[in-house]
Amino acid sequence: MESLEPILKEHQFLKGLAEDQIRFIVGCARNIRYDPNQFLFREGEEASTFHLIRGGKIALENFIPGKGVVQVETIVEGDVLGWSWLYPPHRRSNDARALDPVRAIAFDGACLRKKCEEDHDLGYAIMKRLLYQILQRLERVRMQRLDVYKVG
Amino acid sequence: MTTAAIRTDQYTHPMVPGVREVLGITRETSDVFTLRLSGNDGSSGPSFAPGQFNMLYVFGVGESAISASGDPDRSQELIHTIRAVGTVTRAMQTLRRGARIGVRGPYGTPWPLAEARGRDVILVAGGIGLAPLRPAIYQIFRNRPEYGRVIILYGARTPGDLLYAKEIEQWRGRFDTDVMVTVDKAERGWYGQVGVVTGLIPRTEFDPNNAIAMLCGPEIMMRFTIREIERRGMASDQVYVSMERNMKCGWGVCGHCQFGPFFVCKDGPVFRLDHVSHLLGIREI
Repeated sequence: MESLEPILKEHQFLKGLAEDQIRFIVGCARNIRYDPNQFLFREGEEASTFHLIRGGKIALENFIPGKGVVQVETIVEGDVLGWSWLYPPHRRSNDARALDPVRAIAFDGACLRKKCEEDHDLGYAIMKRLLYQILQRLERVRMQRLDVYKVG
Repeated sequence: MTTAAIRTDQYTHPMVPGVREVLGITRETSDVFTLRLSGNDGSSGPSFAPGQFNMLYVFGVGESAISASGDPDRSQELIHTIRAVGTVTRAMQTLRRGARIGVRGPYGTPWPLAEARGRDVILVAGGIGLAPLRPAIYQIFRNRPEYGRVIILYGARTPGDLLYAKEIEQWRGRFDTDVMVTVDKAERGWYGQVGVVTGLIPRTEFDPNNAIAMLCGPEIMMRFTIREIERRGMASDQVYVSMERNMKCGWGVCGHCQFGPFFVCKDGPVFRLDHVSHLLGIREI
């Protein structure tokens, strides 16, 4: 059976990890596809996985009573989706809905946390990458909140 | 009075406007419109350089600095896309075909299209900032083989705030240009990208050592964009920003648009980033 290792190595998020580190975590990963309009997850669900997106577009959404569904951000190829798996209570804070056919790698969060505890070099490499993602997301959210195009 | 009787020549004194006729007004969004004015006969070459602005004068109301947003090589018409936010611009949107308007200009520094030749070009626009960049886009398309990769990134507040939507679709259809559009927020039903324009930059492919970036939008948006572009390895002498200040005279006399040691109307509005980066974010300036 073909391994996911080559795919993991090429993904933007994991680029630069050593071969043995990829081999160490590949068992936590599985290939997954979503159809358009299928939810990858819903707000409040247990956050047991995180996704490396290989293709397609995903809308991160929240439902606001009285307003309806608001799209917060679009996730595309090369992005990472979800970090609620990292810390308790491991609950999703958004809906994630496929806008078109989505190809992704889904990592089992508990499995990956365990691997990171076992191998701190790997854990550091993963956390460093995640922190960069979170930093970028934080900056984007700040800019979004500033509502920079609003007049007056 | 007939159209033929309207003087359309440029007077010699820079404070005296020439008179143009309104050829048409197109509504772009709920508060943005495009004003099409009579130009010259088309025989005297481009009427402005991309990035420059004109002072538009609504008679009896006042003047406002507005970037040219049309095709410089179509000098028979002068195009300005305007947001109705103040007394003058609100009066402009009530003008009808055949009305007359005063025009002084063009003024200011242009986008660095000559410096960009042979390089990748990244154009980042936010909100109405696409309007001053559009003439540069026309010029680049006209001379497309002279440039490397061309990337247009455009962000707006909502899908309803996107300018030139049909034209953007045409740009997207080009094989030689990457066009990415995003909105800060959208309701379900919007299929396009949601997120801020800076989020598009990591998704682009260009050679940071041989690229020129041109940014236009609210100053805070440009500051966020600069940070993201610097992360990609571009130096500040490869980045150009279009600054906005309250301009009155348009030619560096009155001092209204002072920006540190510069006057935005005369030394700008397009500045190379390394010339002004120390001034960005200083509240007192």
